[in-house]
Amino acid sequence: MGAPLTVQDLSIVAGNSTLVDNLSFSVQPGEVLALIGESGSGKTTTALALMGYARSGCRISGGRVQIGDTDVLALDAARQRSLRGRTVSYIAQSAAASFNPSRTIMDQVVEPTVIHGLCKRAEAEAKAVQLFRELALPDPDNIGSRYPHQVSGGQLQRLMAAMALIGDPDLVILDEPTTALDVTTQIEVLRAFRRVVRERRATAVYVSHDLAVVAQMADHILVLRNGKMSELNATEQILSAPVDDYTKCLLAAARPAVRASGQASGDSALLLQVKELSCGYGPVDAKGQPAKLILQDINLKLYRGQAIGVIGESGSGKTTLARAVAGLLKPCHGSVMFDGHDLKPTLQQRSPEELRRIQIVFQMADTALNPSQTIWRILARPLQFYKGLRGEPLKQRIYELLDLVKLPRTVADRLPGGLSGGQKQRVNLARALAAEPDLILCDEVTSALDTVVAAAVLDLMAELRRELGVSYLFISHDLHTVRSVCDEIVVMQHGRKLSQVARADYDRGPHHPYYQLLARSVPELRRGWLDDMDHAAATAASAHPTREIHA
Amino acid sequence: METSTSPTAVSAAALLPPVAPKRRSGPLRWLAGFGPSGLLGLAVLLFWLLAAMLGPWLLSRSAAAMGTSNVFAPISAAHWLGTDYLGRDMLALVIEGARYTIGVALLATLLASGTGTVLALLAAASGRWIDAVLSRGLDTLTAIPSKMFALIMVAGFGSSVPMLVVTAGIIYVPGAYRMARSLAVNINALDYVTVARTRGEGTLYIMLREILPNILGPMLADLGLRFVYVVLLLASLSFLGLGIQPPAADWGSLVRENIGALAMGGASVIVPALAIASLTIAVNLVIDNLPGRAARERGVR
Repeated sequence: MGAPLTVQDLSIVAGNSTLVDNLSFSVQPGEVLALIGESGSGKTTTALALMGYARSGCRISGGRVQIGDTDVLALDAARQRSLRGRTVSYIAQSAAASFNPSRTIMDQVVEPTVIHGLCKRAEAEAKAVQLFRELALPDPDNIGSRYPHQVSGGQLQRLMAAMALIGDPDLVILDEPTTALDVTTQIEVLRAFRRVVRERRATAVYVSHDLAVVAQMADHILVLRNGKMSELNATEQILSAPVDDYTKCLLAAARPAVRASGQASGDSALLLQVKELSCGYGPVDAKGQPAKLILQDINLKLYRGQAIGVIGESGSGKTTLARAVAGLLKPCHGSVMFDGHDLKPTLQQRSPEELRRIQIVFQMADTALNPSQTIWRILARPLQFYKGLRGEPLKQRIYELLDLVKLPRTVADRLPGGLSGGQKQRVNLARALAAEPDLILCDEVTSALDTVVAAAVLDLMAELRRELGVSYLFISHDLHTVRSVCDEIVVMQHGRKLSQVARADYDRGPHHPYYQLLARSVPELRRGWLDDMDHAAATAASAHPTREIHA
Repeated sequence: METSTSPTAVSAAALLPPVAPKRRSGPLRWLAGFGPSGLLGLAVLLFWLLAAMLGPWLLSRSAAAMGTSNVFAPISAAHWLGTDYLGRDMLALVIEGARYTIGVALLATLLASGTGTVLALLAAASGRWIDAVLSRGLDTLTAIPSKMFALIMVAGFGSSVPMLVVTAGIIYVPGAYRMARSLAVNINALDYVTVARTRGEGTLYIMLREILPNILGPMLADLGLRFVYVVLLLASLSFLGLGIQPPAADWGSLVRENIGALAMGGASVIVPALAIASLTIAVNLVIDNLPGRAARERGVR
């Protein structure tokens, strides 16, 4: 059903800078090509160009894009418009942002057929229901009458796939379709995507930064770097015998690596103890219970120099735990002990010294650094605030901090806007280190970073822990990351702590079923992993007819 | 494998974006950022500002002393903009009026935006009941029609320049407050403000160092718009006879005094009206073309 795609010498420019440089590749009908690379490598720009589209400020400056017999770039605007959504369709990263919240799902899914006048509404709806069924959506007959907020994120992502596939396109472009999803949801969505892509023999271009995900989907992988092709080869070839240095770097970053701390737990002092902690949001009733309880009865012990990972899906209360420890949210029950003393529940009640010893590092370095302050001022403030440093010692200390996080000293005069994501995250870490804390609360610090950059930041964090002896409470949804840096893992679901697993037992069972589900859901960097999972799921389903956990 | 790739990864991360050459920020370059329509606005605005500041020195004769019998004279070589209902030179009157119109409006706008922004920062940074009290209190103020409020103030305290500045200031505080608060509340929810809070910073630091610099741009644009509103409010007050009192006259009162010329086709009623229009349009052109605004809208940081 799919059509061959040929791209020749595609170049895209924005002003004076070249975003995509002379890119040539082709995809056979029914095959899946993955575009992989770090952010800013031109993946999405290339993908959009396949529809003849360039984002504002960008311009397709040369080359040919041919889908079947159509030369996309030679068409005029009107004919390109009629091409999009019918011959080529696009599945974007955030389905939540791509659906109109005030119209029903069915209205939006059949929209491409209405716009292009492909078939009657009733026909289109029947086809949509068929697609819902193929994509393994629950209640396929009625899900269309719901509104986007009434379905989950993973379901919405699959509904967007239905929207893209309803016009029977020759080419489907999937732009990071599972990046915003939890691992357990991701696997469902991947499974559904792969099934429809295979059954319909669609030609697809899959854009992602995650090699493990791509390994399950793609026949060929194209590695992009700075708009240039680094390597293009069959998936097995890339995974087993990469040629290009950058590809090797990507592969190394994607493979689990244990970053040992050298510090054993148990023989050092107890640093943080969380006892029967409960907290929530909303008005508090007579018994002191908030309207919406987020955390229930959490117990946790963290020894000096230890790193504990907190893992769970979005909404499991991981971040709320960090906020309660930091004093940003007043617990309704339980207490937090720090270094032998009870910590007061709110920020205002804690002393500056207590505040200094616990620092928090946030996920989005973009919003964690004030865009109007230079790096110098950002780093100088905690030094002035806690230690009253000024003049030469202040300068020395700032340079030390920059050296510590491996940033060149010249960045001190820049604004955060002039730094890359990884550099910002380093500044973010440096600011926390400036206070010389005993405990750093890391809230998804690597989630917004590319694999290679994230690996470097994790290396840095492990090194800092060895050198400075700081402890981490490391919050993440990514088991992979947590396993590589943490001595123990706390698994959370629905605001409760399910289990705690020590490093020595990571690979030894038996564990709580939810931990096992999480561990199983992390894509492995090999082909056929998803098939094995399907197989395992099928045998499990025949053994236990009802599944315990729904994604 | 791991040991060999890690250093490359680190250096790759550290060197990723090439060091951007420092942008030259000469005044000429800044001016060029306005674009043609912005420059036109800037020129007109500059003209009126100069007129307000230097006008009386440039004019060889005082307007009030120029009374002749030549009432509502048309444009001529002797009177470039004609004469008013007492036969005074319109050019001199308009230029003298510029001092009142622009001066009072500027002071009132600064007062309104300044107070509004400070209150908004306080509300956003401290939250809870301070926010609630300030917001509801200023909402109440919005409910009173501005002209009625001005009327009451003038009736109660008489009309004088400080009185007008304060009145116009009070009337436009809630608008500036609303604008600044909505911006500040968004900034207040960002992680860097949370980090500052967990550091133990006081409300004043969070207001002035963390939030204010990040709402300054939009608030300056808002200041310009608010200036236009104040000019129009003052003009309409003067037209009603509640503003600047004779013998001094701002542009609004010039229109009222010379309304009789409308029937005779004299220039004296058109000129001050055109002055008001040109000033407000010029300010709007400047605001709409502030350098960097276009870049910000494209999402370039």
